[in-house]
Amino acid sequence: MKLLQRIGQDKLSALCLLTISAVLIAGLMAPLLAPHDPEEVHMELRYAASSSEYWLGNDHLGRCMLSRLIYGIRPSVLAVMAALFVSAGIGSIAGLLAGYFRGMTDAVLMRLCDVTLSFPGYVMTLAIIGILGIGLENILIAFVLIKWAWFARIIRSTVMQLADAEYVQFAKAIGVRNRTIIVKHIIPVSLPDIAVAASSSFGSMILQISGFSFLGIGVQAPSPEWGMMLNEARAVMFSKPELMLAPGIAIVLVVSAVNYLSDSLQIALDPKLTASRRTRYEEQRKAAAARLQRKEVV
Amino acid sequence: MAMGRYMLRRLLLSLPLLAAISFIAFMLNSLSPVDPAEVVLHAQGVPNATNELIAETKAALGMDQPLWQRYWNWIVSCSKLDFGSSYVTGKPVWSLLGPAFLHSLKLTLVSVAAIVALSIILGVLCAIREGRMLDQATRGIAFVLTSMPSYWLGAFMIWLFAVKLDLLPTSGMDSWRSYVLPVAVITISFAGIYFRMIRSAMLSQLHEDYALYGRACGLSESRIALHLLRNSLQAAIPVFGMAIPTLLGSTVVVENIFAWPGLGALSVKSIVSRDFPVIQAYVLVLAAAFVLFNTAADIANAALNPKLRKSV
Repeated sequence: MKLLQRIGQDKLSALCLLTISAVLIAGLMAPLLAPHDPEEVHMELRYAASSSEYWLGNDHLGRCMLSRLIYGIRPSVLAVMAALFVSAGIGSIAGLLAGYFRGMTDAVLMRLCDVTLSFPGYVMTLAIIGILGIGLENILIAFVLIKWAWFARIIRSTVMQLADAEYVQFAKAIGVRNRTIIVKHIIPVSLPDIAVAASSSFGSMILQISGFSFLGIGVQAPSPEWGMMLNEARAVMFSKPELMLAPGIAIVLVVSAVNYLSDSLQIALDPKLTASRRTRYEEQRKAAAARLQRKEVV
Repeated sequence: MAMGRYMLRRLLLSLPLLAAISFIAFMLNSLSPVDPAEVVLHAQGVPNATNELIAETKAALGMDQPLWQRYWNWIVSCSKLDFGSSYVTGKPVWSLLGPAFLHSLKLTLVSVAAIVALSIILGVLCAIREGRMLDQATRGIAFVLTSMPSYWLGAFMIWLFAVKLDLLPTSGMDSWRSYVLPVAVITISFAGIYFRMIRSAMLSQLHEDYALYGRACGLSESRIALHLLRNSLQAAIPVFGMAIPTLLGSTVVVENIFAWPGLGALSVKSIVSRDFPVIQAYVLVLAAAFVLFNTAADIANAALNPKLRKSV
């Protein structure tokens, strides 16, 4: 709650949080909110402009753009979020084990991370799609297979610092079991770092998913997805450029809200940042460096 | 001397990584739910593949040999740039991958040059004018631009510059004019992040003692900024170095929208047709480039900063 309050102090962050929540809820309740069936074809309404019945107009098959946009939240945002949770979960567990127990566990897990991260993420995703076949599920599998290592690295370094902290050493010395230490003393303190890491790759993942669908190797027709809607609109880009507006703006809005929120989350979770200007620059530089790490495409 | 030893150790460290990469790239093929022999037969237009035919094709492709034998054969031929033949067209993979790689590399190098130039200029200007109009406006615009899908930006630029204003070609790779739009799109979507890094590095240098000393000695602000830049660039050089392989692997979408005959078009085409040897070679070449550039970036970094030489 304190966190929400701190984020709420910045009006723009609050707005971003509101936007993202609204989008997520709209995605979950798509059947209730969408005015039409997103796959219902009306050939007589091809490329119709917006009307009182079809607010955003109709696409090349006369399907309702607004409904497709709302249903598109599911693969474009919700599915990405699920993949993010899974990979952050796997990565956190691996990072926790490596950072807390060190020794062989650490060595094996980190070499595995090294190998995973030595493949450029985008290329590896393409390779996995190439091998497993085209489709949303395979992209999500690829995301999980690649991203976990990145999370594991980050969480490991956090956990290592925590494991050296005096209160953890003290707990160890008086004979508290490892499991209790991890659950009570390590996980709660490293949660903010996990949250920051996860939120910071959310935006680029949304862009990637829509990018793959745009290339025609992601979500397959006729299911609605923002990148695919743009791909369909590309065919008539010169005669009907306005068809590219709605899905594109949806992506830009969601991604910039996510990115902005991720930055302010980082600041809100770290009271040090407000303390001194100099460390703040240092942190900003680190944040920029971390951003570079995950910047693969757009 | 320390530098030479560091280089050697760093190079040796990259060898197991390269071995692991090549093994994974090789194994990708076996992970596929579809039998490669079936893909070949399908691509050659054989209507129904009997078991006999599949077994024959497997033998012809050398797929009946034990795994390690196949891996070794594959590595040996890959080192001679022989990645086998495409399942679909039957042409040698390198005759497809080589030119595509070169085309992508050209686009990447031009883009990286543009990104470096733009992010240094913007980073320095914004750091000097920290908190003022210019700084805030640039950061705001950069923020929105990096949240934009590059294909959307590309489509918009094609519509504006190629169709409405008719200044530049929409696609292809004919003259220098074909470079303008794709390079602009790549630069816009990447420079936003790199410029932030330069700006923050400059700002953290701004509060160092030597900057204060310079100011106390009466050096002009532009002289001080030059000193700051030199120190900020140290952190940026390895990052810029890594930008080359990163961009090589991630310009797929931009290449696609501008019909650039590079790796992007090739990889997507081979994914759709399940042309495994091409996918395999693509992964191997780019991952190897990634590791090599990473090693080179580390070495360059150590050359600039002696403190780092002990760490490996």
